[in-house]
Amino acid sequence: MSTPTTLFDKVWRAHEVHRSESGQSLLWIDRHFVHEGSFHAFNKLAERQLPVARSDLTFGIADHYVPTLTRDLVGVADPKVRSMIEQLSRNTQQHGVALFGLDDPRQGIVHVLGPEQGLTQPGMVMVCGDSHTATHGAFGSIAFGIGASEVAHVLATQTLWQSKPKVMRITVEGQLAEGITAKDIALTWIARLGADGARGYAIEYAGEAIRSLSMEARLTLCNLSIEGGGRCGMIAPDQTTFDYLRDRPWIPQGEAFKQACAYWATLYSDPGARFDLEVTLHADEIAPTVTWGVSPEEALPIDRAVPDPEQLSDPAKARQARESLAYMGLTAGQKLTDINIDRVFIGSCTNARIEDLRAAAAVLVGQKSRVPGMVSPGSTLVKTQAEAEGLDRIFIDAGLEWRHSGCSMCVGMNGDLVASGERCASTTNRNFKGRQGPGARTHLMSPAMVAAAAVSGRLTDVRTLTAGVDSSVQASGTR
Amino acid sequence: MQPITVLDTLGVALAAANVDTDQLIPARFMKEPRSVGYGQFLLYDVRHNEQGTPDAEFILHRPNAADAEVMVSRRNFGAGSSREAAVYALVDYGFRCVVAPSFGDIFASNAVNNGLLPAVVEEDDAERLLAALGDTPAAIYVDLEKQLIRVAAVEVSFSISTVWRTKLLNGWDDIDMTRQHANTITDFAANYARQFPWTAPRLPETEIISKG
Repeated sequence: MSTPTTLFDKVWRAHEVHRSESGQSLLWIDRHFVHEGSFHAFNKLAERQLPVARSDLTFGIADHYVPTLTRDLVGVADPKVRSMIEQLSRNTQQHGVALFGLDDPRQGIVHVLGPEQGLTQPGMVMVCGDSHTATHGAFGSIAFGIGASEVAHVLATQTLWQSKPKVMRITVEGQLAEGITAKDIALTWIARLGADGARGYAIEYAGEAIRSLSMEARLTLCNLSIEGGGRCGMIAPDQTTFDYLRDRPWIPQGEAFKQACAYWATLYSDPGARFDLEVTLHADEIAPTVTWGVSPEEALPIDRAVPDPEQLSDPAKARQARESLAYMGLTAGQKLTDINIDRVFIGSCTNARIEDLRAAAAVLVGQKSRVPGMVSPGSTLVKTQAEAEGLDRIFIDAGLEWRHSGCSMCVGMNGDLVASGERCASTTNRNFKGRQGPGARTHLMSPAMVAAAAVSGRLTDVRTLTAGVDSSVQASGTR
Repeated sequence: MQPITVLDTLGVALAAANVDTDQLIPARFMKEPRSVGYGQFLLYDVRHNEQGTPDAEFILHRPNAADAEVMVSRRNFGAGSSREAAVYALVDYGFRCVVAPSFGDIFASNAVNNGLLPAVVEEDDAERLLAALGDTPAAIYVDLEKQLIRVAAVEVSFSISTVWRTKLLNGWDDIDMTRQHANTITDFAANYARQFPWTAPRLPETEIISKG
């Protein structure tokens, strides 16, 4: 009998090209996604006059800077933004790298597009110069974000030096109640462990509640691993995974698919495998959760009040809470449901897949949003699908803008910004100071919760709005 | 990359937790080529008001702050976005070392790849260093070989992985190191392709790749 092995270790070992005397591993990279921000890395390559080692394993995707009002580069007013998109086209073309560009019908946010196209597969090691690369771990791959120097290294060698992280398992037992989503699981564990609670760890999510999540919900959960400081997040592939992947454009077909599935089915943590840290949550502890501060760890169930720093015994926590409340323009002890909002945003690599749009639309159908806002689908194919289902009409009729796909207002690089002092209920991943624009105030929550906030003009428990609505729609995110 | 052994210099205290990379460099500046110098963007929205007027009270606007090479801060420094531009902003400003109780994983890797030392200290020690530095740039001494930091009478040790320490002490670059293993990589890739043939991207038959 061999020693019981974790999912993480199985995938890691299969990719270890070399281990140095100091214990660092040189890992083989199966997929490398590059977006507009890769220009620094391509410039480094040019300085050294190096080619891209494996252009066939490298994929270019325009998402961070793309306009959401047009698919026409000429329509981009800011020449510097235009230049970012053009540089990606030029660099990928020069090195023979496939590009999902602005005008491509498959264009989308890298972490939506990869799975959608079947480029993401179980058992791979995948990297991208974007911290939300952890998303792809939902398929049982090791996927993580890297910086520009590392992007250059992968371009030049198709490998990357890594120190092996510790491995933790987050188990969610029981079944999630209706209206509770993967976003709520993530915000709950991050609030509990802290925004650096998983620092130095690879995370495996396990347990009954995780197994019951749809593929799209698993992507949301793994996506947010980085917000708790995790190096990556993974879920063992199962029938849900294989069913999602079958017949995707870049997935092997026929005999090759069977062969792949046979291998993928071996990718799980053996019974008795040792984890460096075990964390267990019960599904019934998880409520619809929203952030109130400027770090994802500053999150609470919607029926609670924002903390009163005077009541916090830890002086560091009290200081942080005081600063967060000041930036967010909130009063100590204020009920979360008394917080009025100015705007909503539904989008990003975290929560802009078709199930997310359906969940938001289910709340908004026949309703008016009390505040302005926009919806930016996670990919152009998601947009097409949503339009085929009539979801675009629901958003437009509610008074929201129906935009093209891109990173958009999650990070504001394309100019989609929340104004200074404005409060935005957002399906995104970061409530950092200035993330959605200088002075912008962000509250993170699930798509249905953002829709509920839009309908009432303040933070709202979606369960109080949707009583009686078809539960199959409400429970989006669970199978 | 310039090696680091000892820094006998000025340090500044940035007494805040969760100084994420969005704060270190706001996204709107990341369209600029590196040649413009990213130091001007460092903590831009933290140290300027909405009109772009510098906050004279902010530590980086105090006399001699331009000569500071070490920043001391609180936990979870550099969390969030993988943007290496956050490190460029620190390095271009003149920083060679950041001291904190914990760092965002990706930030720390990026730092080492640019010769910026991410020195991890105990939470209590960070507080002692912050107190000793006060609210003006003050003398600080960092010794990478001995892994110690001194401000006035406060002396604390710091941790860093052996690999990173060696890289920083020698100013080594990964790409050069890796290319020495070129043959091993080639052999690995060939074996890997035999063992996991389905991982080779299979171009969709019905669709073409856009030229952007």
